[in-house]
Amino acid sequence: MDVVVENLPLYLEGFSVTLLLLAVGGIGALVLGTVIAAMRISPIATLRVVATVYTEIIRNTPLTLVVIFCAIILPILGSELPYLIAGMIALAVYTSPFIAEALRSGINGVPIGQAEAARSLGLGFSQTVSLIVLPQAFRMTIPPLINVLIALTKNTSVVGGVGFVSELFGVGRTLANAHGDAVIAVLVGVAFFYLLVTVPLGFLATRLERKWVVQR
Amino acid sequence: MSGAVVLFDAPGPKARRLSRIFSVVTAIVVVAGLGWVFATLNAPRESGGVTLPGMFDPTRWDIVTDPEMWGFIFTVGVWGTLRAAIVAAVLAIALGVVLSLLRSSPIAWIRIPTAVVIEFFRGMPVLLMMLFILLVAGTGQYWAVVSALAVYNGALIGEALRAGLVALPRGQREAALSLGMRPLQSKMLVEFPQAFRQMLPIIVAQLVVLLKDTSLAYIVGYPELLRVTLNNLGSYYGNRYLFTLWCIAFVLYLAMNLTLSWFARWLAKRTDRRYHPAKGGPAPEDPSQALLVADANAAAIEDRSPR
Repeated sequence: MDVVVENLPLYLEGFSVTLLLLAVGGIGALVLGTVIAAMRISPIATLRVVATVYTEIIRNTPLTLVVIFCAIILPILGSELPYLIAGMIALAVYTSPFIAEALRSGINGVPIGQAEAARSLGLGFSQTVSLIVLPQAFRMTIPPLINVLIALTKNTSVVGGVGFVSELFGVGRTLANAHGDAVIAVLVGVAFFYLLVTVPLGFLATRLERKWVVQR
Repeated sequence: MSGAVVLFDAPGPKARRLSRIFSVVTAIVVVAGLGWVFATLNAPRESGGVTLPGMFDPTRWDIVTDPEMWGFIFTVGVWGTLRAAIVAAVLAIALGVVLSLLRSSPIAWIRIPTAVVIEFFRGMPVLLMMLFILLVAGTGQYWAVVSALAVYNGALIGEALRAGLVALPRGQREAALSLGMRPLQSKMLVEFPQAFRQMLPIIVAQLVVLLKDTSLAYIVGYPELLRVTLNNLGSYYGNRYLFTLWCIAFVLYLAMNLTLSWFARWLAKRTDRRYHPAKGGPAPEDPSQALLVADANAAAIEDRSPR
């Protein structure tokens, strides 16, 4: 345990990089994912096709491959992005289809009778969407979105693993190499910080989801 | 809300023509964008006084005619990936079955620690587990990869099966007990088979995730598809082929994962028709979302009827 206490500043530094990756990657993915979701329900056929193909491809590509593309292949193609930024881009791109699906499933979760009732009361398109559908869809998308963020938290480790960003996993690997006699303590320390984010979020997601389940 | 038609009036001829025009314009823009990317990548570049050929230049792609390279990729790379994925999948399902039974045990001393263990493994990055097993257990890369994948996915499958067990109608167990079965017999012979079949789509979708996650083995140094193409072949043929090799790995991964995803989707549709003819069913492609719904359902049922 001494190793963890001695290197606590290093851990915290790694943890803050992980949180930074989580925040920027998450916001990027949220923006991209919203665009993809909007494209998927748009009346323009080409946009729908493009969004579907994008979703299918990214979803079936391993994250490692995406991160390697951003960290190793992009510099060959002439980009001069720092690794941290490349990692953020990789995370945002990889996570965006999952966000899009979470949003779509939330909107699909609103019973069709709600929109029908609104329309039969004489509400127009924008009124139906903004007053009836979106408020209900929004609540239902929160748990799936939290779920995506949990996955993203775990995925930040890949950025540290492939590249040269010393976030939690990177710090753990360096410390484990430096302290060969205390590998267990070092890595359990790393695990603790990940669990600090993922477990509370997991409980929150299940709790909120359970509320909606009961209401349905 | 699957029929978005409800939201607005059916489009008239003018609106339909407008959307068709937009459609064509978007298609042109997309094709032009792809063409631009292709052209940019293909343009020769100056680097330190040397002119490098474009990314799609034949000199960068001549290795694809080398049968030895393909042999190496398939016998070492693809086989390495599949070997790890298959063994890990079998172990994960076995572990999931055991965990789900322990997790739904009537004895609190078994149930609660199992729940804690499952939560612990669900919340950890697989990569960290791989590194842990590699460094602490000293098993070698193959078993580090396989056991980390098995433990992580086993915990998720166990949780899914547990939710499936809870969601079964109470009458199943009551009927089994009233026929004179012991609680364990009822669980193994009556409840578990039904839960397993209901949760099969989630399990298969989770196996797609497992297959994708084998690529993490690249980081701990197990020779699977990614490491074989990028590192081994990359250093054999030279760095200028890296882009080509990445593309090859990309296409191969896509082929493997898409096949398994389509199978999962087909299976989900089939199971859905049989078991939930009325309900829409959760989106099977993202098992973590389906698991979230199953978990919440189980929690709601448990609240209503304390054991």
